[in-house]
Formats: sequence, structure tokens, C-alpha cells
Amino acid sequence: MSHTTIAELAHEHQVADDKTAFGFWVYLMTDCILFATLFATYAVLHNNTYGGPSSHDIFDMPFVLRETLVLLTSSFTCGLGMLALHRGNKTGLKVWFTITFLLGLTFLGMELNEFHHLATEGNSWRRSGFLSSYFTLVGTHGLHIATGLLWTIVLMIQVSRQGLTRGITRRLTLFSMFWHFLDIVWIFIFTIVYLMGVITI
Amino acid sequence: MNKNTTVQEIHTQEHEGSLIAYTIGFILSIGLTLIAYFIVVHHVLSGWGLLSVILELAVAQLIVQLVFFLHLGNRKSHWNIMAFVFMLIVLLIIVIGSIWIMKNLNYNMATPIQTDNAVQKGESAQPVL
Repeated sequence: MSHTTIAELAHEHQVADDKTAFGFWVYLMTDCILFATLFATYAVLHNNTYGGPSSHDIFDMPFVLRETLVLLTSSFTCGLGMLALHRGNKTGLKVWFTITFLLGLTFLGMELNEFHHLATEGNSWRRSGFLSSYFTLVGTHGLHIATGLLWTIVLMIQVSRQGLTRGITRRLTLFSMFWHFLDIVWIFIFTIVYLMGVITI
Repeated sequence: MNKNTTVQEIHTQEHEGSLIAYTIGFILSIGLTLIAYFIVVHHVLSGWGLLSVILELAVAQLIVQLVFFLHLGNRKSHWNIMAFVFMLIVLLIIVIGSIWIMKNLNYNMATPIQTDNAVQKGESAQPVL
């Protein structure tokens, strides 16, 4: 290693960071399996309304569409934040990640508002098998979003204190993968739970 | 890899042209979401046709986001794709298997006369032939 150039060192780092990213990707795949079991549970139980409301009765579609657009936009702004990171633009990174955070918070707020609305109408998870599986599936996604929001706060504090170090870059990359992944899971919740919930065959 | 490249250049090489990719991905995602939404809400289609179209739109959006947001399909992502395909197989087994088994179970168990009482007495339902 006597003639290590900066490029070789950077390449080594890149290889190490790629391995970390791959490890995180494998975690995301296992998280997909978790969601798959919850989707399967929902698919099995969604007709078991036990005399309670069915999916036709309780979903407010314009509201859900707004929720979806908010989350899609937050995924996009997260990507723009990553581009700012790779240009070494710290301010841009912070601005885009703050926007991502606020959009994520809006999404979570909307989701909790929807849950609260359902629960106060007597349609909580206790009402029927359908609602239990619905709250578990959508709630698990919401929990992931909440974790992501916490993660953003920690990352932004670290960026402020340490600047754009290699470690920060790696963690931000993992976060962006996590955030895009949650967006994909939501697309399937939007399609399978909400869109397929309001159509009749 | 050229030995004269700097750290910064290596980073930018990985993400060249990504702004265009993110923007295309974003526009396509929004478009696919709105199309699926309007087809359902305005009853453009119905029945199984509708169902298959919105599922296809969801899968299209999955591919869009994997390619444009998670950069799957670039030269480094071979093992990511392998892990993804394996996950997909497990996912399909879990989801299709669960639905298949539970449908059969419902079909064989749920006769209208069947009540909680009968279940408690340990009477099994007559299998439907």
C-alpha cells in the first residue's frame, strides 16, 4: 500500500460502502417479506367485516390520493437532496431533506388523522377482521415512516455537526433507499387496499 | 477506473444525469398514480379488466421507481437484482399460497348452516364436491 493514490483509496471506500448499501438492500428485501405477509393477511381477511363497514364504506378516496401525492413528492425531494449531496452542496441537501421531512410529517399526520377518524366512528381495529388487518398493514407502513422521520432528524443533526463526511454520505444513501422503498410499499397499499377496496367486481 | 480521478469525481460519476432520471421517475409516478385513480373513481372500466389494469399500473410504477429512484439496472446492481428476484419468489409464494389455502378453507368450511355451535361440537363440515 506504499503507492496508494487518492483514487485507489476512494475506490476502496467505494467498494466498502457498496457492500454496506447491498447489506441494507437485503434488509429492505426482508422488510418486503414482512409487508408481503401483512398484504396476504389483508387479502384473506378483507371480506370478514363481521357486520361492520366494508372497504366500500370507509375510504375517502380524494384524501388518499392527496396522501399518495404527498409521499411521492417527498420521495422525489429526497432524491434531489441526494443529488445536492453528491455535488457537495450542504445547504441544498439540508433544504431538500427538510422539505422531505415536512412532507413525510404531513403524510403521517394525514394517516393518523384518518385512523383517528375511523376509531372515533367506532371502526377501530377491534371492529372486525377486515379492520384489524387494515390497521396492521397501513399502521406498519406508518411506523416505518415515523422511523424514517426520526432518522432524518438524526441525519440532519449529524450533517450540521460533522459536515458531509464519508460516513454521513453512506448513511444518507441508506436513508434514501429506505425512503424510496416506503414509497413503493405505499403504491401497493394505495392500489390493493384503497383502489381495489372501492371497486366492485 | 482511472487512477487520476478524485473522490468527488468518483461520486459524481455514479450519479451523472440523475436529475433527469429523478424528474422522469417523478413525472411517471405521478402520472401512473393519477391514471389509476381516475380509472377507478370515474368507472372508466369495470370488473376484472379494471382490476388487472390497476394492478398493471402498480407494477409499472414499481419498475419506474426501482429504475429511476433506486437505480436498479445500472452496472453495479447485479446482486441487488438477484436479491430482489429471490424476494419476489418468496413474496409470491406467501401471498398466492395464503390466498389459495384460505379460499379452499372457506370453500370447504363455510356452509350457511354452519354455526359456531357446530364448530364447538367438533362437527366438521361436509366437503363440497
